[in-house]
Amino acid sequence: MVLAFYPADWSPVCGDQMALYNELRSEFHRFGAEVIGISVDGTWCHSAFKEARKLHLTLLSDFEPKGKVAKKYGVYRKREGTTERALFVIDGDGIIRWSYVSPVGVNPGADGILEALEQMDGPAAATQGRNP
Amino acid sequence: MTRLIVPVNEHDHVQGDATAPATLVEYGDYECPHCGRAHPIVKRVQHRLGRSLRFVFRNFPLSEIHPHAEHAAEAAESVAAHAGSKPFWAMHDLIFEHQDELGDRELAQLAKTAGGDGKAVLADLETARFRDRVKADFMSGVRSGVNGTPTFFINGVRHDGPWDEESLVAALVLAAETAPA
Repeated sequence: MVLAFYPADWSPVCGDQMALYNELRSEFHRFGAEVIGISVDGTWCHSAFKEARKLHLTLLSDFEPKGKVAKKYGVYRKREGTTERALFVIDGDGIIRWSYVSPVGVNPGADGILEALEQMDGPAAATQGRNP
Repeated sequence: MTRLIVPVNEHDHVQGDATAPATLVEYGDYECPHCGRAHPIVKRVQHRLGRSLRFVFRNFPLSEIHPHAEHAAEAAESVAAHAGSKPFWAMHDLIFEHQDELGDRELAQLAKTAGGDGKAVLADLETARFRDRVKADFMSGVRSGVNGTPTFFINGVRHDGPWDEESLVAALVLAAETAPA
Protein backbone atom coordinates (compact mmCIF):
# COMPACT_ATOMS: atom_id res chain seq x y z
CA MET A 1 0.00 0.00 0.00
CA VAL A 2 1.15 3.49 -0.75
CA LEU A 3 -0.11 6.08 1.71
CA ALA A 4 0.14 9.57 0.23
CA PHE A 5 -0.39 12.45 2.64
CA TYR A 6 -1.18 15.73 0.91
CA PRO A 7 -2.10 19.12 2.33
CA ALA A 8 -5.51 19.78 0.78
CA ASP A 9 -7.95 18.62 -1.88
CA TRP A 10 -8.19 21.64 -4.12
CA SER A 11 -4.73 23.20 -4.13
CA PRO A 12 -3.28 22.94 -7.66
CA VAL A 13 -0.19 20.91 -6.83
CA CYS A 14 -2.14 18.19 -5.02
CA GLY A 15 -4.59 17.98 -7.87
CA ASP A 16 -1.73 17.14 -10.21
CA GLN A 17 -0.27 14.70 -7.75
CA MET A 18 -3.49 12.72 -7.30
CA ALA A 19 -4.18 12.95 -11.04
CA LEU A 20 -0.81 11.34 -11.70
CA TYR A 21 -1.40 8.49 -9.23
CA ASN A 22 -4.84 8.07 -10.75
CA GLU A 23 -3.28 7.55 -14.20
CA LEU A 24 -0.75 5.13 -12.77
CA ARG A 25 -3.23 2.83 -11.02
CA SER A 26 -2.53 -0.08 -13.37
CA GLU A 27 1.21 0.43 -12.93
CA PHE A 28 0.86 0.24 -9.14
CA HIS A 29 -1.45 -2.78 -9.46
CA ARG A 30 1.34 -4.69 -11.22
CA PHE A 31 3.13 -4.60 -7.88
CA GLY A 32 -0.03 -5.46 -5.99
CA ALA A 33 -0.03 -1.95 -4.59
CA GLU A 34 -2.90 0.44 -4.06
CA VAL A 35 -2.39 4.18 -3.61
CA ILE A 36 -4.45 5.77 -0.88
CA GLY A 37 -4.56 9.53 -0.52
CA ILE A 38 -5.07 11.10 2.87
CA SER A 39 -5.61 14.70 3.94
CA VAL A 40 -7.38 16.60 6.70
CA ASP A 41 -10.29 17.43 4.38
CA GLY A 42 -13.74 16.09 5.28
CA THR A 43 -15.39 13.23 3.41
CA TRP A 44 -17.84 15.46 1.49
CA CYS A 45 -14.95 17.55 0.30
CA HIS A 46 -13.17 14.39 -0.85
CA SER A 47 -16.31 13.22 -2.70
CA ALA A 48 -16.61 16.50 -4.60
CA PHE A 49 -12.88 16.50 -5.36
CA LYS A 50 -12.96 12.91 -6.62
CA GLU A 51 -15.94 13.58 -8.82
CA ALA A 52 -14.53 16.78 -10.30
CA ARG A 53 -11.13 15.25 -11.06
CA LYS A 54 -12.44 11.80 -12.01
CA LEU A 55 -10.24 10.14 -9.41
CA HIS A 56 -10.63 6.41 -8.84
CA LEU A 57 -8.45 6.43 -5.76
CA THR A 58 -9.47 5.91 -2.17
CA LEU A 59 -9.14 9.18 -0.27
CA LEU A 60 -9.09 8.99 3.51
CA SER A 61 -10.21 11.80 5.74
CA ASP A 62 -7.95 12.59 8.69
CA PHE A 63 -10.54 15.07 9.89
CA GLU A 64 -11.74 14.07 13.35
CA PRO A 65 -9.76 14.17 15.52
CA LYS A 66 -7.95 16.33 13.04
CA GLY A 67 -4.58 15.08 11.87
CA LYS A 68 -4.51 12.12 14.26
CA VAL A 69 -3.11 9.75 11.63
CA ALA A 70 -0.67 12.34 10.29
CA LYS A 71 0.67 12.93 13.80
CA LYS A 72 1.30 9.20 14.21
CA TYR A 73 3.36 9.28 11.03
CA GLY A 74 5.12 12.45 12.14
CA VAL A 75 3.95 14.51 9.17
CA TYR A 76 1.45 16.96 10.69
CA ARG A 77 2.13 20.68 10.17
CA LYS A 78 0.76 22.29 13.27
CA ARG A 79 1.05 25.88 12.12
CA GLU A 80 -0.90 25.38 8.89
CA GLY A 81 -3.21 22.73 10.31
CA THR A 82 -2.48 20.47 7.34
CA THR A 83 -0.03 17.68 6.61
CA GLU A 84 3.28 17.41 4.87
CA ARG A 85 3.38 16.10 1.33
CA ALA A 86 4.62 12.69 2.46
CA LEU A 87 4.73 9.24 0.89
CA PHE A 88 4.89 5.90 2.71
CA VAL A 89 5.20 2.52 1.04
CA ILE A 90 3.87 -0.07 3.48
CA ASP A 91 4.17 -3.83 2.94
CA GLY A 92 1.62 -6.57 3.68
CA ASP A 93 2.91 -6.92 7.23
CA GLY A 94 2.34 -3.26 7.96
CA ILE A 95 6.03 -2.38 7.85
CA ILE A 96 7.05 0.95 6.28
CA ARG A 97 9.53 0.01 3.57
CA TRP A 98 10.12 3.46 2.08
CA SER A 99 9.12 7.00 2.88
CA TYR A 100 9.70 10.45 1.51
CA VAL A 101 8.72 13.95 2.59
CA SER A 102 8.64 16.41 -0.28
CA PRO A 103 8.96 20.18 0.05
CA VAL A 104 5.33 21.14 0.53
CA GLY A 105 5.13 23.14 -2.71
CA VAL A 106 6.68 20.41 -4.86
CA ASN A 107 4.71 17.50 -6.23
CA PRO A 108 6.89 14.46 -5.48
CA GLY A 109 5.82 12.55 -8.59
CA ALA A 110 5.84 8.76 -8.74
CA ASP A 111 9.39 7.76 -9.62
CA GLY A 112 10.40 7.18 -5.99
CA ILE A 113 7.32 5.06 -5.28
CA LEU A 114 7.86 2.85 -8.31
CA GLU A 115 11.53 2.33 -7.46
CA ALA A 116 10.60 1.35 -3.90
CA LEU A 117 7.95 -1.10 -5.12
CA GLU A 118 10.43 -2.65 -7.55
CA GLN A 119 13.00 -3.16 -4.84
CA MET A 120 10.43 -4.79 -2.57
CA ASP A 121 9.21 -7.19 -5.20
CA GLY A 122 12.61 -8.22 -6.46
CA PRO A 123 13.81 -8.09 -10.05
CA ALA A 124 11.52 -10.80 -11.49
CA ALA A 125 8.31 -9.05 -10.61
CA ALA A 126 9.75 -5.66 -11.39
CA THR A 127 10.51 -6.38 -15.04
CA GLN A 128 7.28 -8.22 -15.74
CA GLY A 129 5.14 -6.40 -18.24
CA ARG A 130 7.46 -3.46 -18.54
CA ASN A 131 7.42 -1.56 -21.82
CA PRO A 132 9.90 -2.86 -24.37
CA MET B 1 18.05 17.02 -8.49
CA THR B 2 15.66 15.16 -10.75
CA ARG B 3 17.08 14.01 -14.04
CA LEU B 4 15.81 12.83 -17.38
CA ILE B 5 16.44 9.09 -17.39
CA VAL B 6 15.84 8.53 -21.11
CA PRO B 7 18.22 10.82 -23.02
CA VAL B 8 17.08 12.50 -26.22
CA ASN B 9 17.26 9.85 -28.93
CA GLU B 10 16.35 9.09 -32.55
CA HIS B 11 12.73 8.26 -31.64
CA ASP B 12 12.12 11.75 -30.29
CA HIS B 13 10.44 14.65 -32.03
CA VAL B 14 13.17 17.25 -32.22
CA GLN B 15 13.46 20.83 -33.45
CA GLY B 16 16.97 22.24 -33.71
CA ASP B 17 20.48 20.91 -33.93
CA ALA B 18 21.87 18.03 -31.91
CA THR B 19 24.92 20.27 -31.34
CA ALA B 20 22.91 23.08 -29.73
CA PRO B 21 24.32 23.89 -26.28
CA ALA B 22 20.86 23.97 -24.66
CA THR B 23 18.17 21.31 -24.89
CA LEU B 24 14.64 21.87 -23.65
CA VAL B 25 12.51 18.75 -23.25
CA GLU B 26 8.81 19.23 -22.60
CA TYR B 27 6.51 16.50 -21.32
CA GLY B 28 3.09 17.72 -22.35
CA ASP B 29 -0.57 16.85 -22.64
CA TYR B 30 -2.34 18.17 -25.75
CA GLU B 31 -5.57 18.86 -23.88
CA CYS B 32 -4.00 20.43 -20.80
CA PRO B 33 -4.75 24.16 -20.58
CA HIS B 34 -1.37 24.88 -18.94
CA CYS B 35 0.40 23.20 -21.86
CA GLY B 36 -1.78 25.28 -24.16
CA ARG B 37 -0.48 28.38 -22.41
CA ALA B 38 3.10 27.12 -22.55
CA HIS B 39 2.94 26.48 -26.29
CA PRO B 40 3.32 30.08 -27.57
CA ILE B 41 5.87 30.73 -24.81
CA VAL B 42 8.04 27.86 -26.05
CA LYS B 43 7.71 29.25 -29.60
CA ARG B 44 8.97 32.66 -28.50
CA VAL B 45 11.79 31.10 -26.51
CA GLN B 46 12.81 29.07 -29.58
CA HIS B 47 12.75 32.21 -31.68
CA ARG B 48 14.90 34.14 -29.20
CA LEU B 49 17.51 31.45 -28.69
CA GLY B 50 17.70 30.42 -32.33
CA ARG B 51 20.40 27.89 -33.11
CA SER B 52 21.56 27.57 -29.55
CA LEU B 53 18.37 25.71 -28.60
CA ARG B 54 17.14 22.21 -29.35
CA PHE B 55 13.51 21.49 -28.41
CA VAL B 56 12.01 18.06 -27.80
CA PHE B 57 8.37 17.20 -27.15
CA ARG B 58 7.30 14.00 -25.37
CA ASN B 59 3.77 12.84 -24.67
CA PHE B 60 2.35 12.86 -21.17
CA PRO B 61 -1.43 12.57 -21.58
CA LEU B 62 -3.41 12.58 -18.34
CA SER B 63 -6.33 10.85 -19.96
CA GLU B 64 -8.53 10.52 -16.89
CA ILE B 65 -8.93 14.28 -16.63
CA HIS B 66 -8.41 15.02 -20.34
CA PRO B 67 -10.48 12.55 -22.36
CA HIS B 68 -9.06 13.60 -25.75
CA ALA B 69 -5.42 13.83 -24.73
CA GLU B 70 -4.48 10.23 -25.53
CA HIS B 71 -6.00 10.28 -29.02
CA ALA B 72 -4.50 13.69 -29.75
CA ALA B 73 -1.06 12.28 -28.88
CA GLU B 74 -1.64 9.14 -30.96
CA ALA B 75 -2.88 11.26 -33.87
CA ALA B 76 0.27 13.40 -33.79
CA GLU B 77 2.39 10.23 -33.75
CA SER B 78 0.42 8.92 -36.69
CA VAL B 79 1.14 12.08 -38.68
CA ALA B 80 4.84 11.76 -37.83
CA ALA B 81 4.94 8.12 -38.94
CA HIS B 82 3.10 8.66 -42.22
CA ALA B 83 4.24 12.13 -43.21
CA GLY B 84 7.43 12.93 -41.30
CA SER B 85 8.78 15.56 -39.00
CA LYS B 86 7.55 18.77 -40.62
CA PRO B 87 3.87 17.75 -40.72
CA PHE B 88 4.25 16.40 -37.17
CA TRP B 89 5.26 19.81 -35.87
CA ALA B 90 2.49 21.47 -37.88
CA MET B 91 0.04 19.01 -36.28
CA HIS B 92 1.55 19.70 -32.85
CA ASP B 93 0.91 23.43 -33.33
CA LEU B 94 -2.59 22.94 -34.70
CA ILE B 95 -3.63 20.71 -31.80
CA PHE B 96 -2.52 23.30 -29.26
CA GLU B 97 -4.33 26.00 -31.24
CA HIS B 98 -7.57 23.95 -31.23
CA GLN B 99 -7.60 22.47 -27.74
CA ASP B 100 -11.40 22.64 -27.54
CA GLU B 101 -11.96 20.63 -30.71
CA LEU B 102 -10.06 17.39 -30.32
CA GLY B 103 -12.56 14.70 -31.24
CA ASP B 104 -11.29 12.00 -33.62
CA ARG B 105 -12.84 13.63 -36.69
CA GLU B 106 -11.39 17.00 -35.80
CA LEU B 107 -7.99 15.39 -35.26
CA ALA B 108 -8.19 13.80 -38.72
CA GLN B 109 -9.06 17.19 -40.18
CA LEU B 110 -6.15 18.85 -38.37
CA ALA B 111 -3.86 16.12 -39.69
CA LYS B 112 -4.95 16.89 -43.23
CA THR B 113 -4.36 20.61 -42.71
CA ALA B 114 -0.92 19.77 -41.30
CA GLY B 115 0.01 17.93 -44.45
CA GLY B 116 -0.67 14.46 -43.09
CA ASP B 117 -3.17 11.75 -43.93
CA GLY B 118 -6.51 12.14 -42.14
CA LYS B 119 -7.74 8.67 -43.05
CA ALA B 120 -4.56 7.06 -41.77
CA VAL B 121 -5.01 8.94 -38.50
CA LEU B 122 -8.53 7.56 -38.06
CA ALA B 123 -7.35 4.03 -38.88
CA ASP B 124 -4.41 4.32 -36.49
CA LEU B 125 -6.66 5.61 -33.71
CA GLU B 126 -9.03 2.73 -34.33
CA THR B 127 -6.28 0.13 -34.00
CA ALA B 128 -4.45 2.05 -31.23
CA ARG B 129 -1.33 1.68 -33.33
CA PHE B 130 0.62 4.32 -31.42
CA ARG B 131 -0.69 3.63 -27.93
CA ASP B 132 2.52 1.84 -26.88
CA ARG B 133 4.63 4.64 -28.25
CA VAL B 134 2.68 7.23 -26.25
CA LYS B 135 2.80 5.02 -23.17
CA ALA B 136 6.58 4.67 -23.51
CA ASP B 137 6.88 8.48 -23.50
CA PHE B 138 4.57 8.65 -20.49
CA MET B 139 6.48 6.06 -18.47
CA SER B 140 9.84 7.63 -19.30
CA GLY B 141 8.37 10.81 -17.87
CA VAL B 142 7.09 9.13 -14.73
CA ARG B 143 10.50 7.55 -14.16
CA SER B 144 12.18 10.93 -14.62
CA GLY B 145 9.99 12.61 -12.02
CA VAL B 146 7.45 14.28 -14.28
CA ASN B 147 4.77 15.29 -11.82
CA GLY B 148 2.25 17.21 -13.87
CA THR B 149 2.04 18.98 -17.20
CA PRO B 150 3.90 20.72 -18.58
CA THR B 151 7.15 19.50 -17.05
CA PHE B 152 10.36 20.82 -18.58
CA PHE B 153 13.90 19.45 -18.47
CA ILE B 154 16.82 21.69 -19.33
CA ASN B 155 19.95 19.83 -20.36
CA GLY B 156 18.57 16.76 -18.63
CA VAL B 157 17.65 18.36 -15.30
CA ARG B 158 14.04 18.98 -14.27
CA HIS B 159 13.23 22.67 -14.33
CA ASP B 160 11.27 23.31 -11.14
CA GLY B 161 11.16 27.08 -11.53
CA PRO B 162 8.54 29.17 -13.34
CA TRP B 163 8.18 28.71 -17.10
CA ASP B 164 7.25 32.17 -18.29
CA GLU B 165 9.26 33.37 -21.26
CA GLU B 166 11.90 35.31 -19.32
CA SER B 167 12.46 32.56 -16.77
CA LEU B 168 12.88 29.90 -19.44
CA VAL B 169 15.24 32.06 -21.50
CA ALA B 170 17.34 32.84 -18.43
CA ALA B 171 17.53 29.18 -17.39
CA LEU B 172 18.40 28.05 -20.92
CA VAL B 173 21.07 30.71 -21.42
CA LEU B 174 22.65 29.70 -18.12
CA ALA B 175 22.52 26.03 -19.10
CA ALA B 176 24.06 26.80 -22.51
CA GLU B 177 26.91 28.77 -20.89
CA THR B 178 27.74 26.00 -18.46
CA ALA B 179 27.28 23.13 -20.93
CA PRO B 180 30.44 21.19 -21.73
CA ALA B 181 31.65 22.12 -25.21
